[in-house]
Amino acid sequence: MSTVAEIDLSTEAKHADVETPLARPVIQLDHIHKIYTMGDVEVHALRGVSLTIREGEFVAIMGASGSGKSTMMNIIGCLDRPSRGAYILDGQDVSELSKDERADIRNRKIGFVFQGFNLLSRTSALENVELPMLYAGVEGAERRRRALDALASVGLAGREQNHPNQLSGGQQQRVAVARALVNQPALILADEPTGNLDSRTSVEVMEIFQRLNREHGITLILVTHEPDIAEYAKRIIVFKDGRIKRDELVADQRDAAEELRNLPEIVDEEED
Amino acid sequence: MNQLMIFKIAFRALARNKMRSALTMLGIIIGVGAVIAMVSIGQGAQASVQAQIASVGTNLLFVGAGSQNVGGVRSGTGATSSNTLTVDDIEAIRREIPSVAMASPTVNARSQMVFGNQNWNTQVQGVNEQFPQIRKWQIQSGEFFTEADVRTASRVLVIGATVAENLFSGLDPVGQSVRVRELPFRVIGVMARRGQDGQGRDQDDIAIAPFTTVQKKLLAITHVQFAHVSAVSPEATYLAQEQITDLLRQRHKLAPNQENDFFVRNLTDVAEAADETNRIMTLLLASIASVSLLVGGIGIMNIMLVSVTERTREIGIRMAIGARSSAVRTQFLIEAVVLSLMGGVIGIAVGLTISLLIPWLLTWPTLVSPTSIIGSVLFSAAVGIFFGYYPARKAASLDPIDALRYE
Ligand SMILES: Nc1ncnc2c1ncn2[C@@H]1O[C@H](COP(=O)(O)OP(=O)(O)OP(=O)(O)O)[C@@H](O)[C@H]1O
Ligand SMILES: [Mg+2]
Repeated sequence: MSTVAEIDLSTEAKHADVETPLARPVIQLDHIHKIYTMGDVEVHALRGVSLTIREGEFVAIMGASGSGKSTMMNIIGCLDRPSRGAYILDGQDVSELSKDERADIRNRKIGFVFQGFNLLSRTSALENVELPMLYAGVEGAERRRRALDALASVGLAGREQNHPNQLSGGQQQRVAVARALVNQPALILADEPTGNLDSRTSVEVMEIFQRLNREHGITLILVTHEPDIAEYAKRIIVFKDGRIKRDELVADQRDAAEELRNLPEIVDEEED
Repeated sequence: MNQLMIFKIAFRALARNKMRSALTMLGIIIGVGAVIAMVSIGQGAQASVQAQIASVGTNLLFVGAGSQNVGGVRSGTGATSSNTLTVDDIEAIRREIPSVAMASPTVNARSQMVFGNQNWNTQVQGVNEQFPQIRKWQIQSGEFFTEADVRTASRVLVIGATVAENLFSGLDPVGQSVRVRELPFRVIGVMARRGQDGQGRDQDDIAIAPFTTVQKKLLAITHVQFAHVSAVSPEATYLAQEQITDLLRQRHKLAPNQENDFFVRNLTDVAEAADETNRIMTLLLASIASVSLLVGGIGIMNIMLVSVTERTREIGIRMAIGARSSAVRTQFLIEAVVLSLMGGVIGIAVGLTISLLIPWLLTWPTLVSPTSIIGSVLFSAAVGIFFGYYPARKAASLDPIDALRYE
């Protein structure tokens, strides 16, 4: 337990140096444990994770397979509840909320981007992006306008009526990003968003994330196995065996927009 | 979360799977269509029997000699050997009972009729001059015989259309002379065509003569076999039946413990028996058709269950982006209800079309009742809710993480 406390302290210390001291904490995890019970076997997926993420941060989470990254993302995303420990999201204690209350929080405060895109099949890009607003009760014209804006902001103007099977992987992931940001969430969670994409398309998706983070101040948390992808973030947290092993700021953040400008343009084949 | 949005979500989900939606609806379409078509056949039969009875006249009563089951629906035109009924009895009925308007003594004799080299075997029915009015039967050509003909037992005949065709083949029968049991008769009229009666017998295969003539010249009897009696109104038939019974028991001097030696039959009883038969048939048809509606409902449940499994990932996505369990449950419930209601509406159209085609193709009368339409709409909505609830609850109870991970 002592190591956890140390890391916790060092995180806070480093933050104090770089981040604006006034930035509001969006996520506060306090000794979070998650234990899965499968028959007689108990899997201790998280063993006391304490962590603060402030407004406007861009955090990459890394670590070996099975180290508890997705488990923590599920808890942060209010898809799952911790077995022990407290979780304060945007100033609200969410560890004891009911199923419906968590659904409402996911709808209003959190946007998800998954490795497998998770778009509704046989449904147009526009309708996919409209979906979170349907559950939020946003009315027709407004819903349509915001969905079109979101699609345009990820560079998919003109592809609104395409179904997922009529879009490349990179385009599908951009639809997913548009869907994640359309309800203006405080937080976007992305679990291996570039896991199914080639390197160039990955950079394109990272460019969108960086833009959302810089221009709109959206807090981003991203799980990735690729160190070079992690370097697009401002802060890297490394997990090991359900604990935070390292938590450090990125010294030399990569700039996806600039890299894209320097990459030679590949026409048509780029996204297949 | 507003309900209109969930409707929108459900409609979009249905539109994404048009083929599956159509196949699911098919069960309900067939079910509702079958119920409406079947009930229309049953009610058509009921209506046509009632119309037939109305045309015969619901004022009509039969009085017969001998004891015969009063409640039975057997026709009273078969000859009986009892000689308990007299012309005076019938006269008394006509004169003394206020609820009786008209009465005609009736005797039947099956006879061979000969005209030229043609011959035809038919029923010669002896009645009085009131018979056409009692039976509400028009004369086609010529005229009916008069009271004087009855009094003098003249040898005149009024024939039915079937007899006219078979004996005279195109020739005008009026004024011709025919031989019945070697006696010459003069044909003075032809009755209008009536077609078949409720039991499918040809009512036009008949020759009508004064009952006195048939009694004396053909049968050599003095009693009568039957009487056609007409009550003053359809409502008066029951009263007339009672009063005739009382009068005849009194005239026949029957002790209270003795059975009637005659019977009085009311046509309303016959009508009700036929009505009852048709009602049972309608019910039977409707329940057979309802089974297919039930099977259609089970089809909806089946498809919805498959759909929940197949769409587990979709449900996970919806929950992850903020759908409450209740929204997912309502969506699936609405999908089921919309499928069954739409199936119901199309089924009504199909049922109505079939009901319109049946009289054309099979010459059966049909009658579409609003009750069967409203009933099948309500039933199909109920089927949707009932068979949609379990799959919807199953969808709502899914855990978002498990659902998202489902392959
Ligand atoms: N639903 C579950 N039931 C039981 N054990 C689980 C469940 N989900 C995760 N685990 C276990 O918890 C541990 C952490 O899993 P988690 O998915 O968080 O790892 P991860 O860091 O995301 O790995 P990867 O990089 O492969 O995605 C693993 O040992 C895993 O087997
Ligand atoms: Mg994972």
